[in-house]
Amino acid sequence: MIEMLQFDFMVRALTAALLVGLAAPAVGVFVVQRRLALLGDGIGHVALTGVALGFLTGTAPVLTAVVVAVLGAVVIELVRARGRTTGDVALALLFYGGIAGGVLLIGLAPGGSNSTLTSYLFGSISSVTTEDVWVIAILTAFVLGVVAVFGRELFVLCQDEEVARVNGLPVRFLSLLIAITAALTVVIAMRVVGLLLVSALMVVPVATGQQVTRSFTATMLLAMLLGVVSTVGGLTTAFYAGVAPGAAIVLLALAGFAVALVAGRFVRRGRVAGLERGRVPATMEAGP
Amino acid sequence: MTPSAQATGVSERSAAPAAPVAFAMSGGQVSLDGRRVLRGVDLRITAGEVVAVLGANGSGKSTLIRALLGLIPLSGGTTELYGVPPARFRDWWRIGYVPQRLSAGGGVPATVREVVASGRIARRGRLRRARPEDRAAVARALAAVDLTERAGDPVGFLSGGQQQRVLIARALAGEPDTFVMDEPTAGVDAASQRQLAATLTGLVQEGRTVLLVAHELGPLAPLITRSIVLRDGLVTHDHRPAEDAGCHPRPGHEQVHPHAYDVSGGPMSPGASR
Repeated sequence: MIEMLQFDFMVRALTAALLVGLAAPAVGVFVVQRRLALLGDGIGHVALTGVALGFLTGTAPVLTAVVVAVLGAVVIELVRARGRTTGDVALALLFYGGIAGGVLLIGLAPGGSNSTLTSYLFGSISSVTTEDVWVIAILTAFVLGVVAVFGRELFVLCQDEEVARVNGLPVRFLSLLIAITAALTVVIAMRVVGLLLVSALMVVPVATGQQVTRSFTATMLLAMLLGVVSTVGGLTTAFYAGVAPGAAIVLLALAGFAVALVAGRFVRRGRVAGLERGRVPATMEAGP
Repeated sequence: MTPSAQATGVSERSAAPAAPVAFAMSGGQVSLDGRRVLRGVDLRITAGEVVAVLGANGSGKSTLIRALLGLIPLSGGTTELYGVPPARFRDWWRIGYVPQRLSAGGGVPATVREVVASGRIARRGRLRRARPEDRAAVARALAAVDLTERAGDPVGFLSGGQQQRVLIARALAGEPDTFVMDEPTAGVDAASQRQLAATLTGLVQEGRTVLLVAHELGPLAPLITRSIVLRDGLVTHDHRPAEDAGCHPRPGHEQVHPHAYDVSGGPMSPGASR
């Protein structure tokens, strides 16, 4: 661990990994509860066009990716809010457009090629610059701020949209807020695990956490902890084993899920049995 | 949820000269997927009434109450919530909505307490931390549905009837003066139905307005002051059995809705109104 910290690029990479590990599951818990687990994937595809646009126009790809991903997220949310059956296809069309647009635009960029995109598709955390770290830090602060300020409202919204409406919550605004926050998370995580695996960091720690937790809050906190363990642990593994960091991070997260799935079975079974035992005397008291 | 606390909460708002008509729909029409589900409904529900909307499956019961709340847009006619179209209604803290079932969503666990506490959302500002009165309201709501001991359990572990009680507790936690319940008795065991009847009795005694959709009333029947029967999207019966039974005393009712019966002009519960 100490040895790894002697390299500046690893310090930057670890900082980025830590921030992403915190932010992605914090948004992810709402995204999963809202049944939008694939939203991150969709935004990731669209963000590729943004990256290519950055190379084409000579702007920082992270910034153009933010703009395009946010626009994509808004479109996805509008499609989702409007229709039911046709929405699926409309979203699929958008995703294909995102990938195709990215490949097309990168070809037009001076000196650009598909290999330029590869580092964004699969992540290149070791090439994270100081500027990247700052952008990631600011976006992470925004994402965590959204969760802190709007968390209770988002909980109601993700639980039941009609109930949110009858509580007078600004449903359209909150829906857009989730979509936009997810888009920013995608861009944050893009450099760490790559656009194709971004969604894993939003979904897998949450899926792992909910195997063993009882409450929403505990799920979120455990997911954030698992997120950090996965990103930092995966990056460390990658450093020493010489494997691809993005893949190592996601596989570590998935391994955690597999363990939790088995552990959860036992925890749940014990707990349900406990509840049954606790309930028996109560019913007997209530009886004649 | 003491009657006095509720009374002050209400009187602040209803001090305005507006008549306390909770729901007013005129010529209400709703089309869903090209099918006309409501075909011209006229309905006025006065604050303090306990109204059951009855009817067969597909008669438009749920659609009616969702349209009254503005959850479904009307394709014709108008509807008002306390004198304001739902789109411009702001006093949502007044409404406690109990949907048909607890939605599982994406399966992230939530405890009974978390779900019930979320019912305070219309009462709590965005950045305001939970105050003692918030916690007290949640505790009272949990106690009212007899789920205090299950507060820490995930809602997914509860039976259907218990989940229904969680939804009712969530509405109670917001301390609304108007309850809208979509089939609160559907798929609920007899014990939970009696529990619901007891909870509703308390609310009715405090003078709250209740609008509920039901397939059959069961133990709720004695509480109902008015039943509306829907058939094919039209109101076919509007019946007020109130006067033929004095079985719903309402102590403190006058303080809560002083004008309720002046406006309705109906012959309902004359003994209770003055």
